[in-house]
Amino acid sequence: PTHGVFHLGRAATADEIAAWDIDVRPDGVGLPEGRGTAADGEVLFTERCASCHGDFGEGAGRWPVLAGGRDTLKADRPEKTIGSYWPYLSTVYDYVRRAMPFGDARSLSDDEVYAITAYLLYLNDVVTDDSFELSRENFTSVKLPNEENFIADDRSAEPHYAGKVEPCMKDCKAEVKITMRARVLDVTPEAGKENEG
Amino acid sequence: MTEKTETKDETVATSRRRFLTGSLAAGGAAMAAGLATAGPAAAQGESVITEIQDWNRYLGDGVVSQPYGVPSRYEANVVRRDVEWLTASRESSVSFTPLHELDGIITPNGLCFERHHAGIAEIEPSQHRLMINGLVDTPLVFTMQDLMRFPRENHVYFLECAANSGMEWRGAQLNGCQYTHGMVHCVVYTGVKLKHLLGEAGVKTNAKWILPEGADSAAMTRSIPLEKALDDCLVAFKMNGEALRPEQGYPVRLVVPGWEGNMWVKWLRRLEVGDQPWHQREETSKYTDLLANGKARRFTWVMDVKSVITSPSPQAPIRHGRGRAVISGLAWSGNGKIKRVDVSIDGGRNWTTARLDGPSLDKALHRFYLDIDWDGSELLLQSRAIDEAGFVQPTKNELRAARGENSIYHNNGIQTWYVKADGTVENVEVS
Repeated sequence: PTHGVFHLGRAATADEIAAWDIDVRPDGVGLPEGRGTAADGEVLFTERCASCHGDFGEGAGRWPVLAGGRDTLKADRPEKTIGSYWPYLSTVYDYVRRAMPFGDARSLSDDEVYAITAYLLYLNDVVTDDSFELSRENFTSVKLPNEENFIADDRSAEPHYAGKVEPCMKDCKAEVKITMRARVLDVTPEAGKENEG
Repeated sequence: MTEKTETKDETVATSRRRFLTGSLAAGGAAMAAGLATAGPAAAQGESVITEIQDWNRYLGDGVVSQPYGVPSRYEANVVRRDVEWLTASRESSVSFTPLHELDGIITPNGLCFERHHAGIAEIEPSQHRLMINGLVDTPLVFTMQDLMRFPRENHVYFLECAANSGMEWRGAQLNGCQYTHGMVHCVVYTGVKLKHLLGEAGVKTNAKWILPEGADSAAMTRSIPLEKALDDCLVAFKMNGEALRPEQGYPVRLVVPGWEGNMWVKWLRRLEVGDQPWHQREETSKYTDLLANGKARRFTWVMDVKSVITSPSPQAPIRHGRGRAVISGLAWSGNGKIKRVDVSIDGGRNWTTARLDGPSLDKALHRFYLDIDWDGSELLLQSRAIDEAGFVQPTKNELRAARGENSIYHNNGIQTWYVKADGTVENVEVS
């Protein structure tokens, strides 16, 4: 091979790239041909997804909640779902296609992923008609509610970092009180408690 | 074979009996602690000295009795642990490094914490491929053998999960630094500079981002700016001198020094080059940090300056009584080296600069010690690290004031341990 400096590796074939390169961007780059309705998605979701995520995306047991939680992001216990938190629909399509169902990844066809994505929009009230059909053509016209609420990393501007101030060494506080004890909560596994007196 | 086994069992029984006898002679307290200290001996002396022990008399096991050696049976408690209630499944879950039992800066391979999203992929190296595609002149496929032919480098780096200490945002929850701080490890990586691999494919001038992807069924993906990829990222195939452990990405993983562990894609099978970030699940739904005002930070890559006292700690109480005591801990920063660690024994009212010991390496764990005389009074132990960029480790309350309590990730707040008069230790929050 003539590529590069070390001349290691070989050229990837188009089929190989197509087999592995399945990522989808917010601008729709990477979307495959295909389509599916929310109604079709409901059937698939009930069959393939609901045992963990609940019939309506509400989550069974400790499994992730996929729908609901709108306007809870400032609440004491926010519920972060596709509808309440995720910025881009592309992530839904991409992630379901690459990694779901849990334990049987890559088993859904491209049309099935469109249908399930459409149903997830329906469960989250982003679309209200279950005959809504999602396709490569109309995909990027759908916006998720929380897209605008993501900001850049500005940690270094936080007060405790910004000044890089030499910290106090002596007589820094008048008094110190214990305000909370993990032992009271008592949720540590037994192996973590074995050495306690 | 049978005969040998019987002999061994008998030996174990005998030494156990003698151990118990000896401990009783040395005092019940020491036996209860399982750790004998040299105290005043009775007139006749300690039996571990005055009597010939089994290991003084009999032959031990020969060479290669353990083709791959394991720790002493007396170290059986030095293991990874998990917290079952944290996650819905063990395949997308986490285990914790037993920091309270370790010293120095290098984590033994078998004790490095695990974080998988779809269990441990078992990959035969001859069946593994690494692809580079996207905005490159020549999309390439490498075998493991190809990767082994690039120039190699060795670097010591910490890997910290973005969610390390995440359960502590709302206050003291878990009793032990294994649980509160154990999603970190530090090993020597051997691998190839990512820039060599990208250079081999020829990165196009409009390229700005890369997307590494794993071969497991989670097919983990993260967007990484090209600048970082070309700076210090490695494609590593060895840790602490030997092949990566399966749970750490065997046969090959990405190393992203100083940045959150999620980006260190294991079982690395593909690197795509692009001109925009991909906004994958692990950088939108997960690994974004919700603030009190409802906004969320994304692309919070660097792991900030942090430290923890590993001993004494809830799983490592003081058993030797008052007098000389070693306070031992770890400090690290994604911004570079650790410049200084201060330790307080009174909950942050007064601080003493600790002693950094051992190698001080860029984006690696640092070991610190403070040797004290403990008068047996209650202590509120804290450590506070400062990195070479000048960032000072904040208190948890300072972090909460800036972010609220729902960020999940990036909790590098100062930890407090409450040492009681009997030497036991608790995880607490202080005013």
